[in-house]
Amino acid sequence: MITSILAGDTEQYHELIRPYERSVYKMALSFMKDDSDAEDVAQEAFLKAFRKLADFRGQAKFSTWLISITLNEARGRLRRQGLVRMESLDETPEEGSHISPALLRDWREIPSEALERKEVRQMLEEAIGNLSPLYREVVLLRDVEEFSIEETAVALAITTGNVKVRLHRARMMMQKELAPRLKNVSQRRRWFQW
Amino acid sequence: MVIECKHVWNYISDYLDDSLPAETRELVQRHLEHCEICSAILDSTRNIVVLTGDDRVFELPIGFSERLLRRLAKEIGTGSSMPRENPAD
Ligand SMILES: [Zn+2]
Repeated sequence: MITSILAGDTEQYHELIRPYERSVYKMALSFMKDDSDAEDVAQEAFLKAFRKLADFRGQAKFSTWLISITLNEARGRLRRQGLVRMESLDETPEEGSHISPALLRDWREIPSEALERKEVRQMLEEAIGNLSPLYREVVLLRDVEEFSIEETAVALAITTGNVKVRLHRARMMMQKELAPRLKNVSQRRRWFQW
Repeated sequence: MVIECKHVWNYISDYLDDSLPAETRELVQRHLEHCEICSAILDSTRNIVVLTGDDRVFELPIGFSERLLRRLAKEIGTGSSMPRENPAD
């Protein structure tokens, strides 16, 4: 399909990218926070990908390549808006203090149906949004997009070791913030009553 | 060999990804069998990872696909046969 798009059949491009709309938008939204900014970043990313399509050589999966473009677009936009410190000035993720999880005596499973509730979806979206960009990226790629550790490393141009360290810290931060809040939600209402 | 809770916490993410060396995995597993705190931390982390991956988180806004198509059509000429929602723009 890519070959025929490059040969001039540009109408097929939307067919090509349709399965990735959600992934690209999620990636953008986790950075931009504002819905309309996110949508604009997503559109720009698709346009850039189209213009760079000739460079795509199948060395990576198309989804990985597209997500990398989106990531760069979102980072660039934030930098232009002056909202983000350069990564090198950011805390070095491989060092720094230990993150302790929220301590619990037991955990009652929260079923996926809980996400029918906006309140619960928002909790998760906020928790991801509150992570610093270094951690947000790995959570998005690995846990939201369900990339493998290797694919995440390729997309971020870091080592698999770095992916694992960042992912660990990010997941602990998510657990620390979300476990107590989700637990309260589950105590307030029984799931099967909805 | 016995390991402490805070060491187990360091392994939780790799444990979930099944990327621990066999001996470490076994040490962690043995600890989890008798430690309810570490088990609850593991279960809650796994639960949160699963919820995070659900498609309902960060849903596409209504009309996203149509607006994308219009933007593509405008800038690169894809889908030019698509009816424009607002022919005046
Ligand atoms: Zn323990």
